[in-house]
Amino acid sequence: MLTSTFETPDISHITTSDANYVYEPAEDSFLFLDALQSDYEELKKSKPNICLEVGCGSGVCITFLAKMLGQQAAVYWCTDINPHAVCLAKKTAQQNGIVLEAVQTDLMQCFEARLAGEIDVLLFNPPYVVTPSEEVGGNGIEASWAGGLHGREVIDRFLPIVPKFLSKSGVLYLVVVKENKPEEIGEIMASHNFEMTTVLTRRSGPELLSVLKFRRKLTDR
Amino acid sequence: MKLLTHNFLTSNIIKGVTKGYPLQIMAEKVDVKEVEFNPDFVTKMLPKIDWSALIKAAKDVGHGDGLPEAVIENPESNEEFLKAAHNALMQVEVIEGKLVCPESQREFPINNGIPNMLLNEDEV
Ligand SMILES: C[S@@+](CC[C@H](N)C(=O)[O-])C[C@H]1O[C@@H](n2cnc3c(N)ncnc32)[C@H](O)[C@@H]1O
Repeated sequence: MLTSTFETPDISHITTSDANYVYEPAEDSFLFLDALQSDYEELKKSKPNICLEVGCGSGVCITFLAKMLGQQAAVYWCTDINPHAVCLAKKTAQQNGIVLEAVQTDLMQCFEARLAGEIDVLLFNPPYVVTPSEEVGGNGIEASWAGGLHGREVIDRFLPIVPKFLSKSGVLYLVVVKENKPEEIGEIMASHNFEMTTVLTRRSGPELLSVLKFRRKLTDR
Repeated sequence: MKLLTHNFLTSNIIKGVTKGYPLQIMAEKVDVKEVEFNPDFVTKMLPKIDWSALIKAAKDVGHGDGLPEAVIENPESNEEFLKAAHNALMQVEVIEGKLVCPESQREFPINNGIPNMLLNEDEV
């Protein structure tokens, strides 16, 4: 089978000072890009109109998606709780000739009423590291990784709102590590009638990373 | 912030606010940036757009000319209409200014084209 490959977005504009404030693209980000690329044919065929990334950080993932699927085919939105991140994400998009709309908000709170049932492709590489709970809830660089108990505290706030936002055939891609208990996440989403598949898994140092994909069960689509 | 984005933002999450829509735009700096016209995309977005909110937003930022008061019939076959919609949705951008919640008057700053919709814990 012929698989298409797409270039990693140009991130040469990101300075060491940016990296003090915003999550610099790392192994998890690149695994995310690989996962999206491996699903290219299917994503393309589904003709998404509305794509949104929660927690965009540098913006490398949503920029990659926009380059892959085409700027004019869809609207690309991104959110982050960190003001430096949304700013850098717009720059990353611009650096790569992509028009990206960014909003600073908690998860996708400000879109809740008007984007219900509308998102076709949803991305989230969340703060997944196991940390003391007190570290969760800020909007600085620590929000990039601090996941609290089982690294699940932000993920667990996010999962229940996903069914509300996704369109009928909408899909969510979520990065997790083993400590997040992926099977349990699968069960939570199954209770909303979503099916889970693992797109890619890779070990990076101590982290066993996976990109999970969720869609409504066939009967609900 | 493109008016497309504005069309999807609400402040209903604020305690005591029921609808929080549309947010009023107080613009200090507005730009028009050329974006390639894709009639298919505009046509597909139209049913999702709150047209009266778009009209009001476009007027508020001084770019309301040429937009009809309602979506016309068979918009897909009217290029002039689609182009006007494309311009309002995709090309007009608020760079600096603020959004104001119509119910609570809570203000959300827009800097460098990015609205800050973050709320304090005690507001939600
Ligand atoms: C692991 S980093 C991923 C960044 C980027 N998407 C990437 O893959 O390189 C997690 C991102 O989520 C953001 N984030 C954490 N909590 C958030 C929340 N409640 N709402 C929105 N963004 C959040 C962080 O600021 C950070 O940018």
